[in-house]
Amino acid sequence: MSAVLPRLLRGLGPDGASIDLAGHLDLWGALPAADPGRLIDAVGDAGLRGHGGAWFPAATKWRAVAGAGRRAVVVANGAEGEPVSAKDALLLERLPHLVLDGAVAAAEAVGAGRVIAFVPSRRRARLREAIEARRRARIDGMPIELAIAPDRFISGQETAAVSFLNGRGGLPTSARLEPVWRRGVDGAPTLLHNVETLAHVALIARFGPDWYRQAGRPDAPGTVLLTVTGTDGRPTVVETQKGVALGAAVGSIDRRRCRGVLLGGYGGTWLDPDSANTLPVSEEAARAAGATLGAGIVALLPHDRCPLAETARLVRYLDGEKADQCGPCVRGLTGLAYELEALAFGPRVVGDAGRRIEQLCDLVEGRGACRHPDGAARLVRSALRVFADEVRQHQERGPCPEAGAAAWLPTGDDGRRRPSPRPGPPRPAGMASASRFR
Amino acid sequence: MTRLAPQVIVVDPVACDGHGVCAELLPEMISLDPWGYPIISGDPVPPGLLREAERAVASCPRLALHLLPAPEVPPVKPARRQVAMPPPRTRSRS
Repeated sequence: MSAVLPRLLRGLGPDGASIDLAGHLDLWGALPAADPGRLIDAVGDAGLRGHGGAWFPAATKWRAVAGAGRRAVVVANGAEGEPVSAKDALLLERLPHLVLDGAVAAAEAVGAGRVIAFVPSRRRARLREAIEARRRARIDGMPIELAIAPDRFISGQETAAVSFLNGRGGLPTSARLEPVWRRGVDGAPTLLHNVETLAHVALIARFGPDWYRQAGRPDAPGTVLLTVTGTDGRPTVVETQKGVALGAAVGSIDRRRCRGVLLGGYGGTWLDPDSANTLPVSEEAARAAGATLGAGIVALLPHDRCPLAETARLVRYLDGEKADQCGPCVRGLTGLAYELEALAFGPRVVGDAGRRIEQLCDLVEGRGACRHPDGAARLVRSALRVFADEVRQHQERGPCPEAGAAAWLPTGDDGRRRPSPRPGPPRPAGMASASRFR
Repeated sequence: MTRLAPQVIVVDPVACDGHGVCAELLPEMISLDPWGYPIISGDPVPPGLLREAERAVASCPRLALHLLPAPEVPPVKPARRQVAMPPPRTRSRS
C-alpha cells in the first residue's frame, strides 16, 4: 500500500455507501489464518491502545484474558454514548466487516469461542446484514452474536456493558473487585474493545506491527478517528495520523472564530484555541497537557458563545446521565451542576464559587465505580482553568450577554438527539474525510 | 500469599450507603466526606492495624468494604484529602 492515509477509511466514497463483504474482501483480502501468540505480540509491538477513551494498552488486556485459563468472550463495543461522537457509528454503518474481522481475530488470539457485537439500535439492521453475510460465506470459525445497547451515555462503559449482557441493569460495577478480564459475560474472561480498536486489529492481523507503525510517530504510532464538530456545529469524522498538530488535523483552529476547544468528550477538557492548535494528536501529548484524547471528540465552541454556559449544560447533562449508584457521584455531580448553573446564568453568585467547585471536584474524583464522576470533574476543572477570565467576570458582574444564547452542543434537553454527520469542508492533503452515512 | 503480603482497603462505592461504621472502627485510615461516605487511605494497611481493618470489613452493614492484596489493584492516585496515618512501610517483594 502506498499512501499512509486513509487507512481505516480506505475505500469509502463520498456517496455514503456501506462496504459489503465482497467489497471488503476485494479491498483488504481475507483475514490470515489464526496464529494466536503472534497476533498478541503483533498488537503489542504495534503499540495499539484502546480507542474507546481509556487508551489502555491492548496487548496487556489480551494477555490477561488469554491467561485467565478459561474460554473467553470478545465484545465489540459500539455503544457510543457521547452525543457528539460519530466515529463508531461510521465504522459500524459503513465498515462493519473491518470491525467484525478485528473481533474475530482478537477472539482467536485470546482463545474466545464467542463474539458479541454490542451496538445501538440504530445500527441493528446493518450489523444483522453483515453477520448474516459472514455466516453464509462461512468465513468465521465462531458465531457472532448481536446485542442492542441501551441508549444512554454510560452504556458503553466496560462493566456496564458486561452487566447488560449478563441480563442485569446495564450499570457500572466495581472493576477493582471483579475485572471483566477475569469474570465478565456469563462469568467468562471477557475482552471488550471499542469498535475502532478492533478495526485497527483487523489491519494489524493482515499487515503486521511494522506496517501499523508507518503511520504516526514512534511514541504515538498509527492513526486515529476524530469526530470534529466545527464552529458551524456540523460533525465530521476525520482519520489522522497520530502526532500531527490538532489544528492541522481538523483544518486550523482560528482564535477569532473559536472561543475554546472541547477535547475528548463531555467528560474531557477545554483547551484554549492556541494550545489546541499546536497540541499533537496523541493520548500521551494530551495527558501531558492535562487533557485526554478520550473518544476522539474535538468540538470548536464558536466565539459568540459563553463557555461557562456551555459547561453548565454539559455538567447538568452528565448529572442526568449518571447511574445513581455511588454516593459521592450522586451528590457531587448534582452539586456541581447547580454551582455551574449559578455561575453561568446567575443572577448573582454568593461567596467563592470557584473554591466550592474545586472542593466538589476533589470529593467526586476517583470515588465512583466507574470514571463518570472523574470525567465531570475533569471538564469542570478545565473550564475554571481555561476560562478563568470569564469566571471572574461572571462572579463580579453576573452572566455575560452570550450566556443567554441557545445551547450549542446537544444535551439531554433535546431528547438525547444526536446530530447526523454531514460532509465537512474539504480537508488538507493527506487527510481522509468520510462523514456522510445513513 | 504470605500473611504479611501488603493489603489495601477498597470500598465498593455501588454497595456503600454511607453508614460510617468503618470510620468509627478504623479512624486511622478512614474518614468521612461531608455526605458521610468513606474516604479511604490507599496505602497498605500497617500490620498493627490489620486486626482493626478486618473488623471494619466484617462490620460493614452493606458488606461494601474489602481487603485486597495490594498488587492486585491498580495504583491508587494520591488522595487530595490525605488521612493522617502512621508512616507507610516500604513494600518489598521477595
